[in-house]
Amino acid sequence: MITQTEVRSISHNAVWKQNPTVVQILGMCPTLAMTTTLVNGTSLGLATALVMACSGGCVALLRSFVPNELRNPVFILIIAAAVTILDLAMNAYLHALYNVLGIFIPLIVTNCIVLARSEAFASKNGVAQSTLDGFMMGIGGTVVLAVLGGLREIIGKGTLFSGVDLVFGAAAKSWVLHLVPADLNYQFLFVVLPPGAFIGLGFLVAGKAALDRRADAARRRAEEAAAGGSEVQAA
Amino acid sequence: MLKVAAALIPGIATYTYFFGVGVLVQIGLATVAALATEAFCLRLRNYPIKPFVTDGSAIVTAWLMALSFPPLAPWWMITLAAIMSIALAKHMYGGLGQNTFNPAMVGFAIMIVSFPAQMSHWAAPLGLAPQSLDAAAQLQWIFTGHLPAGLNFDAVASATPLDTVKTQLMQHTNMLTILHEKLFGGIGGIGTEWITAAYLLGGLYLLQQKLIPWIVPVTFLAVLGGMAGIFWLVDPQHYTSPLFHWFSGAAMLGAFFIVTDPVTSPTTPLGRMIFAGLIGLLTYLIRVFGGYPDGVAFAVLILNLAAPFIDQYTQPSVFGHKNRKKAGAKA
Repeated sequence: MITQTEVRSISHNAVWKQNPTVVQILGMCPTLAMTTTLVNGTSLGLATALVMACSGGCVALLRSFVPNELRNPVFILIIAAAVTILDLAMNAYLHALYNVLGIFIPLIVTNCIVLARSEAFASKNGVAQSTLDGFMMGIGGTVVLAVLGGLREIIGKGTLFSGVDLVFGAAAKSWVLHLVPADLNYQFLFVVLPPGAFIGLGFLVAGKAALDRRADAARRRAEEAAAGGSEVQAA
Repeated sequence: MLKVAAALIPGIATYTYFFGVGVLVQIGLATVAALATEAFCLRLRNYPIKPFVTDGSAIVTAWLMALSFPPLAPWWMITLAAIMSIALAKHMYGGLGQNTFNPAMVGFAIMIVSFPAQMSHWAAPLGLAPQSLDAAAQLQWIFTGHLPAGLNFDAVASATPLDTVKTQLMQHTNMLTILHEKLFGGIGGIGTEWITAAYLLGGLYLLQQKLIPWIVPVTFLAVLGGMAGIFWLVDPQHYTSPLFHWFSGAAMLGAFFIVTDPVTSPTTPLGRMIFAGLIGLLTYLIRVFGGYPDGVAFAVLILNLAAPFIDQYTQPSVFGHKNRKKAGAKA
């Protein structure tokens, strides 16, 4: 079925190496539009992850029956079916959140990353691998959306977890953290509006690149040290 | 750059005379914040700090931004704007000479988008308000947000001339009635007309020193005045005269100090003319039909985006080569 190493390498690839949002820069429209708060960003990310897991699994299941020439329309139909199920389910069980995310739930169909993974991964790999890849890609996107949404919420409104009651019901209203006292009426509109999303995403992309570069340098230094050590031993 | 700063001094002096020491406080805060951010960014990027900090470019940015701020804005706003303009608009794009957008205008635009209420809190110029703040009270207001007992901010505040025209027109007041309010002087607003005249003086000094190309301010003011003139001649009940547009808001400051920025404008003379003309046009449209009282900052930022495009289409043909237009016609 699927081995431990496969799980690890697929997850690492999806969440970090090929992260859909900060490496492939796919699905920018929901990323920029829905990351006004931590809750919005995370919810949309998780919804996308669910759709990607379903569509990845289905595409992999049907891949031997789908003629190569017709694969794109078929994949899109599968994705659209998964999105419709999710759309109806969220409308039924998370209606308040559904109203906030609005058009961006049905628009998951048009998110490039969903079709891209069906095409690049699910149409060539097994069901378990494809489901995992789709889900982990979604999680990779969710992490970025959550960080971006959280940052924009903290800087833009001075709160964290606002709107959490949309997910967990009215009782959760008291969970909202006010980092800036609520009566100050703090708002940094520039961060709440789209420019904040663009600049924030830019910082995240740069941050990921910087971390990678640092890790690379560290690995190279370690290799050099190891090589130097073995030379000394040989001498 | 020091000459540019020197050319701003008459404007600063007049501004301070009419609006009090708040102006100087804003300039001081902006300068300190801009220089500190500049040094920090240079250090982060492993550049030598001293030559770049002392080249005066950050100071000019800070002064231009402070001059477009309301004199009694709280201290953190101008500080934040200066940090944003230097770090975000200048160093993030690669430092002096590489920035796409005019840093001073970026700082101003971020603040007016984020805090529209605070950014429209202007104090009344000298002699207009029933009560005016002395230097100590101004400092207290800027740094702590408290006024001396028995005063509230509305008693010392007043809308800017451009703002007044805009809001009064929306209430269908006749232009002649509006201009008879005591806020307005002979040409623009009381005080502000003298301040803009002082910027004009500084600008003429820059022209005399050949630091800026004359075509830029002339085109900008001509288009702004031309647009205003057409509308004014057709319907003087609802539109103000070209002179009013020239001598209010940031028109003069923009014409000589902002539109002329060599880094963020096109390089060819024709390109600069198109650039300045379009900024004049947009400034007028934003002022009269847009949501903000003044449009210089947004017009400049939009045209900054277009500068590389303008450059591409205004390349002069290389000496010795065939004129490209003629060659194109033949083909």
